[in-house]
Parts: sequence; structure tokens; C-alpha cells
Amino acid sequence: MFYRENGQFKTSYQADQQIFPITQDRWAILAIIAFAAIGVPLLVDEYFYRAILIPFLILSLAALGVNILVGYCGQISLGSGAFMAVGAYMAYNTYVRVDGMPLIVALLAGGFFATLVGLVFGIPSLRVKGLYLAVATLAAQFFCDWAFLRIGWFTNNNASGSVSVSNLNVLGWTIDTPLEKYLFCLGFLVVFGLLAKNLVRSAIGREWMAIRDMDVAAAVIGIRPMYAKLSAFAVSSFIVGVAGALWGFVHLGSWEPAAFSIDRSFQLLFMVIIGGMGSIMGSFFGAAFIVVLPIFLNQVLPALGTLVGVDISTATVSHTEYMIFGALIVWFLIVEPHGLAKLWSIGKQKLRLWPFPH
Amino acid sequence: MKLRQLALAAAVAAAGLSSALLPTVATAQAKEQFFPVLVYRTGAYAPNGVPFANGYVDYLKLVNERGGINGVKISFEECETGYATDRGVECYERLKGKGATVFQPLSTGITFALTEKAPADKIPLITAGYGRSESQDGGVFKWNFPIAGTYWVAGDVIVQHIIKKEGGADKLKGKHIALVYHDSPFGKEAIPILQERAAMHGFKLSLLPVTHPGVEQKSTWLQIRRDRPDYVVNWGWGVMNSTLIKEAQATGYPRDKIYGVWWAGAEPDVKDIGEGAKGYNAITMQHGAEPNADFVKEILSKVHGKGQGTGPKDEVGQVLYVRGAMSAMLGVEGVRQAQERFGKGKVMTGEQVRWGLENLNLTQAKLDALGFKGVLRPISTSCQDHMGSAWARIHTWNGSKWEFSSDWYQADEMIIKPMVKTAADKYAAEKKLSRRTPADCQS
Amino acid sequence: MAFFLETLFGGLMAGMLYSLVALGFVLIFKASGVFNFAQGAMVLVAALSMARFSEWLPLWLGFESKVLANVLGFAASVVFMFLLAWLVERLVLRHLVNQEGVTLLMATLGITYFIDGFGQTLFGSDIYKIDVGMPKDPVFILDGVFEGGVLVNQEDVVAALIAAVLVAALSLFFQKTSTGRALRAVADDHQAAQSIGIPLNRIWVIVWCVAGITALVAGIIWGSKLGVQFSLTTVALRALPVIILGGLTSVPGAIIGGLIIGVGEKLSEVYIGPLVGGGIEIWFAYMLALVFLLFRPQGLFGEKIIDRV
Repeated sequence: MFYRENGQFKTSYQADQQIFPITQDRWAILAIIAFAAIGVPLLVDEYFYRAILIPFLILSLAALGVNILVGYCGQISLGSGAFMAVGAYMAYNTYVRVDGMPLIVALLAGGFFATLVGLVFGIPSLRVKGLYLAVATLAAQFFCDWAFLRIGWFTNNNASGSVSVSNLNVLGWTIDTPLEKYLFCLGFLVVFGLLAKNLVRSAIGREWMAIRDMDVAAAVIGIRPMYAKLSAFAVSSFIVGVAGALWGFVHLGSWEPAAFSIDRSFQLLFMVIIGGMGSIMGSFFGAAFIVVLPIFLNQVLPALGTLVGVDISTATVSHTEYMIFGALIVWFLIVEPHGLAKLWSIGKQKLRLWPFPH
Repeated sequence: MKLRQLALAAAVAAAGLSSALLPTVATAQAKEQFFPVLVYRTGAYAPNGVPFANGYVDYLKLVNERGGINGVKISFEECETGYATDRGVECYERLKGKGATVFQPLSTGITFALTEKAPADKIPLITAGYGRSESQDGGVFKWNFPIAGTYWVAGDVIVQHIIKKEGGADKLKGKHIALVYHDSPFGKEAIPILQERAAMHGFKLSLLPVTHPGVEQKSTWLQIRRDRPDYVVNWGWGVMNSTLIKEAQATGYPRDKIYGVWWAGAEPDVKDIGEGAKGYNAITMQHGAEPNADFVKEILSKVHGKGQGTGPKDEVGQVLYVRGAMSAMLGVEGVRQAQERFGKGKVMTGEQVRWGLENLNLTQAKLDALGFKGVLRPISTSCQDHMGSAWARIHTWNGSKWEFSSDWYQADEMIIKPMVKTAADKYAAEKKLSRRTPADCQS
Repeated sequence: MAFFLETLFGGLMAGMLYSLVALGFVLIFKASGVFNFAQGAMVLVAALSMARFSEWLPLWLGFESKVLANVLGFAASVVFMFLLAWLVERLVLRHLVNQEGVTLLMATLGITYFIDGFGQTLFGSDIYKIDVGMPKDPVFILDGVFEGGVLVNQEDVVAALIAAVLVAALSLFFQKTSTGRALRAVADDHQAAQSIGIPLNRIWVIVWCVAGITALVAGIIWGSKLGVQFSLTTVALRALPVIILGGLTSVPGAIIGGLIIGVGEKLSEVYIGPLVGGGIEIWFAYMLALVFLLFRPQGLFGEKIIDRV
């Protein structure tokens, strides 16, 4: 009854084509962004920022990028960790080697270089598809793992191969408290989220979806597969690269190649699958699920253990985390293969009728 | 179908709600000194992480049995890092709010990340035998304490031992030493000191990286078989060590020519191979396997005897167990030293413990009283020197246990000090820090 | 020249070991179209069960003989893998029958996590020993032709022989038995097989069992070489280039692919590696497979994918 479009007439094409045509949606999104920017800082403590919110924001951004490639264009990629690594290391190099480089420019430069690498490793997608492509993108992952360990230039010839950044500031506004880092990442996420949403609604987005659904038919009606696939790789790598740069600069502060290993790639893919492939909303849901679940289990399991009177060691907690994680993933895939986003849209559908039965 | 969807929606809502209501970080008991214990009991490095963790925790329990630190009891909480940097950072964030005294990450990767965060949170890091080698320089690294040894000390002493075996530094000229190292910041720490020594003595150093986790070393040992180096230095951790010795056996390389770093010379690395690893050497950070040490006996009676032991009984006294206990001892003594200045019988803050760690003066008498007689030599830190001691020995596996096979060596500070200073200055320049003033050293 | 031969042998032996793991992938993919990422975890859990059962059974049943311990341990592990296969089919695969490849892939990834945690809870995370009497010391052949002889790793040779026997057994199974025929029918076309009365669920249990036994053999061999520990799961990642090179649906492809990757890896690491600092074998294997893929997108022996518009 409350969530319906009754009475909302569009009088211009512009109004008809906006992202959130339903007024309630528009207000809701604005409210969420306002809450995220103003409400959350009033409610949470430092640990929440550092351990949950900041990783959530950065990983949602990365999941957004991966979703564009895997969900919208249908090219399975297991090399996202490598693209994050490229973004992080090239942003580091831009920041450190060029005096006075603004932070945001450095981060975007990291994304740019990640795009170049993404294009190179996206070339196999023109010839190979499906699972073979997934394994081919692993080549990117392992190559980048090796390159950042071996080629000293990337780590500024640091003897240990570990790099660190500090003294982040944007136009004089230093970013060192968790709140500032949170707001910085939130800004990036909002901007990129908007860009991604518009991109997938546009012609190029439709091309990607056509390639995903039936690539031969798409080629037949005139969509150039090379252009569509490579542009998907490019956009996706850019976003993932910026996310990687943020991960290194803002969240970790000091990192080594192992921070962007194949586990990270799998984690991103999980986020996309659980959140919902081919859905911008889904990237956020997936990221929230994957970030919060281990911490949640870590807190809850020992508490449950003491309730039952069993002293659970950290190893057991860790193993149980793995088991529950795996079981939940399988359960989700069985129950709702289209992910949390599908549940959300089902919920919205129900809301249109509620409280009426039909 | 409807019920299932309803159940699913309920589950999602519950998860969302409960994550929002995550238990807030509880503050520690006001009267107890809280020690966070970062461990890895799972993952590829667990076989070596578990005895260390057990030793650490058992020692803390022992201190409580002895009456605490001047009456102040210790509380501790373990957090599983799995040797992963981001999990280590998450554990750090979670536990620091509880009044954490000192962090000992047992991972060079996590150390690098926490080196950035600890100064802001004013919690000291003890990285006994690992971490950044240049953090020995307390003038730049105010909050890092690589007490009792760094990687450059280890590399230096290994070369000194080889020199002794060869019969003089001049005999090294033209020889070939291969470094098989774990391809990570931990492994790469070995390279600068060995290159320095190679330049000094004229031996050839070849670098053979092994990708994490280190189970694939066939090509490495094919190359060793081709090049036939005179010595192999093993800078590995976890399963890489046992794989290395097995591959050495499979290619017929004499085990007694292999020297491991102090993280590559413990029971998990050799016990499955038994006789096949006989002759394998490793450097020790002063202590080796110490089944007869006084504190070991005390732990067996006071902790294990009461059923409070953290791990199996036969692990007590093994190399990594002793290392864990020793690391815990350093933290506890730092608190004790801080209490000398800031109030005996009181709970110490991170800053106060930092002062304590910087002014550690563990004489032989004190160490003997703690139960480390014959195990450790005196350790004495200062503002400029956060390491406190540069002694080491070599021990060898005789097929069933570790035995000391050399005298005490002291690392050559003439070589190491300049390297440390250069690296520390570079770090300071990068971070735009300045060296600490003498006034700051007094605080 | 001698060293080149050594490297070549070493590569061929390593390749055979990779093929063993790749076989498990291929078997499952052939019969059910599922790319089983959990194969690495299955190798680990199979090796763990063998190591621990052969250690525990003598204690429980009170006998001393090593050989009997190994045999009973093997039997117990086979039962364990069978149970695992049955559970996986029952709880996971049955419900995901018509889903797309990516969903199934992710489901197997979920199974990987579960098996990792479960295996370690059941059996522990220490390094465990498997001692099936493999020879550990090297042997030197062709002494007369080359000075010093060419080093051959006996354990690897035995492993390669076991792998060959396994492949032969599997080929016989597929070609000569009726179950094997049914498996091949299911691999060809699920619906057609179902329509002529082949019970799909039972076939999938059988396939996962066979893959489980292959994983057990691979696990015993790798475990005997390296010791059984969590890091064994990374072996699966080394076997992936083998599958994409050989084709996801071909058993001979897994073998030939394995040999090519093994040799390529070792030669590249030993000859090209030193020029760039070393450590290149993993990505070189992938690059090699990728290059082959560019010429034959479905692998050397894989089935051509025919797309219908």
C-alpha cells in the first residue's frame, strides 16, 4: 500500500529514465546515504569502523567491479585479486615517486594501470570462454603475485618487498582518524556506484548483457564481441584497481603481495555470487555478508561454547568458521541461486501489495 | 516453498540485526594486565605456530601461578590470524581496546602492518627474532622491539659459523652459498646481510626463491644439484622446511651442509623425516630444545600438573615452545620493569610498558631466577638499541633430537650497525619522521 | 646434457603427479558437468584420513604390523571417501541439478571450505606422515654414459608407475564395464541417459567415489613425498593448467597435459628462471596452457563446444 507507483506520473523523458523512478526509492536511497554519512558516525565506535565498515565499503567497490565483469558480461574472472594488487602498487608508485601527487589522482592512476593490465589479460576472453577463461585469468593472478615480489621497481626497491603509505591528505584535509577514512571510502563508493549503475543501464551495459546471455546471437545482431568484452574487462579492472588502491592505502596502510592473493579473488567472486550476479545492489549485500560473517562467527561461537560449557579453542573456532562459511555458501546457492539481491527484489515485490493480500 | 522463503527472510533479518548488535568490546578487568595473543593454529603454518602459541600461553599461566607480576594477575585472549595480514590487523583492532599490553604477531607481514598502527595507538610490539631488521634502531622505531635477535644477526652468525668450519675468512673466497628463501618479506630479509658478507669475503651467493607455501621445490633442488653449492642456507617457515629437507634427501645433497634460520630449526620440520634429516643444522636464537630447563620443569609441575596445560605434555621443552615461552617472558619482564618506575602492583599502560621494554636489564641472575639458567644470556635494551643482545649458537639434528653443535657467536655489529642505520634513516625519510631526541629517550 | 636429462625426467615425473590430481577433475566434469574445485580439498582430506587412520587403527585394534596398518588405513579411507561422495551428492548436487556452470563452481568452492574445516577438525592441522614404504634416496642411472650419472628420484618413478596403473584401470573401467558405459553415456548427454533409464543420482555418487579414490591415491603419493598438511590443497592449483591444456573432458588429455606442463615448468624454472630472479614456474605453467588455448580453445583433447544460437 505504501510502496507503489500509483499517482506518480512522469511528464518528461528525463523523469521517465531516471535511475530511481519510484519516489519512495529515491527518498530511501537519499536517506541511506545520509544515514551512512551522518547517522553512522554518531553511533559506532572505532573498532566497528576499522574492522567492519571500512573493509565493507572497499570490498563492495571491488565486488561492484567484479560484478560488472562476471555478472553483467558473463566472463568469469578469477584474477580480481591481481587487479587489486596492480591498483594498489601502481597507486603507491604514483604517490611516492611523483612529489606532491594528490591522493585521489594517485588512486585513480592505480585504477588506470589496472585497466591496462585488465585489457591485456582480457584478450583470452576473445577466444576462450566459460571455465577455461576462469582458469586463464588465474594466469593473471599468479603472474602478478610473482611480479610484485620479484620486480623491485614496484616496491620502490624496498629490501623486504613490503610497502607502506602514510600521511594521507586531500587538499589539506588529513585522513587519519577512522571516521575520516570511512567518509573518504564512502565518497568513492557513492560516486563509483552511481557511475556503475548508469553504465549498466546504458547501451554498453545492454551489450554486455547480450554477450552474457547469448554471445553468438549478440554477434549476429551487430554487437562487436571484442569491444564489448574488452570494455567490460577495462571498466571492471578500473573499479577493482581503485578498490585495491583504497584497500592498501586506507585499510591496511602497509601491505605485501600476499594481501592480494588468490584467496582474495575467490572472496570477491563469492561476494558477487552470494550477493547476486548482474545486480549493483547485490555487490553490497554480498560484501556485507562476507565481511560480517567471520567476525560474527568469531564472537558468537565462543559465547555459544561457554553457554554449553565447552571451551572452544581458537583453532576450533577457525575451523568451524570455515565449515559454516562453506555450508552457508552451498545453502545459499541451493535456496537462492540468484543471490541476496533476488531476495531483496522479491521483498520489494511483496511490499508493493502489503498490507493487502493481493 | 512459502515457508522456505519466509525462513530465508527471517534468517537474513536475524543475521542483519545481530551483526548490528555485535557485542561491544568489553574493557579488561581493571586489576588485570591484559595480554593479547596472536596465534595461528590453522593454515599452512600451523605446525610451527601451535607449539609457539602453547609455550606463550603456558608461560603466562605460569606467571599467574607464581603470583602474577608483583601481584597483578595476567588475563589473555587468543586471536587466530592464520598468518594473514588482514586477519592480523582485525585481531589487533579487536583486542587493542581491551587494554592490550603488548602485541607479538609472530609474522613479518603482520609486523609491517602493525608498525604503522602501533605508534598511533601507543602499544609496543615485541618481534623477538623476526620483523624488520632495522627496527633494532630505537631512535627511529620507538615502538618496535626485536629483542634478542633480528634476521641480520641470524644471517651474520651463520656466515661466521661457516667461516669457522672452513678455517678462516680467506678460505671462503670462491665458495658458493645458495640461499633458499621463502618468497615473502620474511625470506627476503636474509638477502641484504648475506650480500654484504658475500661482498666482504668473495663467496658467490645465489638466491633461490620458493613460492608460498613452499611445497614445490623440485626445480630449486634441480638447480642446486646442477650448481652444487658448498652450503645451502634455508630461510623458510612452516611446511617449506620439511619439504626442503626431503628434497635434499631425494637429490642426495648432504644434510650437514644445510643451515636453517632459527625459524627453520625445530621439531615439526624434522621429526617426520627422522634419520633422513640427520646432520641438518640450524641457528638458534640463544635457546634450542630445552627439556631440562628450570622453567620447563616448573611449567610441567605447576601448569600441566594442574591440568591447565595448553598443549600436549611432550611438546613442553621443544624448540618453538621455548621460543613462545621466552617471548612471553620478555613481555612480562617489560611490564615488571615498567612497574619499577610507574608503580609496583599497578596495571601498566602500553606507553609505560614501552618504557619498560626500552630499559630491560635482564642480568644472568635475573634470568636464572626466572628459570632460564643456561638457556639465555643477559639481555639489556636501551633507547638506541631495541635488540638488547646479539648472541646465537648452532644446533644440529641427530636423528631424534636437537643438540648444540657450536660455541656462542656474537653477531658482528661493525657490519650490522651501518646497515641498520641506513635502512632506519630511509624509513624515517619516507615517513617524514625525525630521530628521537635524547629528551625523548628519558620519558 | 646430463643435467638436461635430469630436468626432463624430473619434469615428467612431476607432470605425472599433477595428472593424478587432474584426473579427479576430469572424471567429475566428464560425468556431471561440474567443475569440482573441491578436488584439492578432497586430496587433502583423503591423505589426512589415510595418515591418521593408519596411525590410529593399530592403537584401537592393538596390532603392530606396519603393512596391515597401511592396508586397513587405505580401506578405511576408501570408506570415508565414499561417505563423503555420497553426502556431497545427496546434500549438494541433487539440489543444484539444472544450474549454470558458475553456480556449480561456486558450490564446489563452498564444499572446499567445508571440507577444509571439517577435515582439520576431525584429523588435526599438524604435519602428518604417510609411510607406505616409498624409497627416499635417489638413484643414479646411465653412469657409464654421463659422468656422475643422471639422478632419478625413485619415489617419483614409483609414483608415476602407480599413476599409469590407475589410468589403465580407469580406462578399462570406462571401456569394459557396464557402469563405465553408463558413466560415458551420462557424460555425453544427461537427459538422453536419463531417458533410457540410467539412474543419474547413483551414477553421480559412483563418479564422485571414483574421483574420491583417485584423490586418495594422489593424496597418498603427494603426502608420502611432502607430508600431509593443509598446504596440500594448493596442489590443485598446480593441476589446473593441466586440465585446461588437456581439455576438461579428456582422460588422455589429463595425462599428456600433465607431462607437457611438468616438463615446461621445470625447464622454464631451471633455464629461464635464473635470468629473472626465479620463482616463475607457477605462472609459466598457466601462460603455457594459455598459449595452447589460443590455438585450441577447448584444450588439446577436449570436445569442441558447439554453441547453438
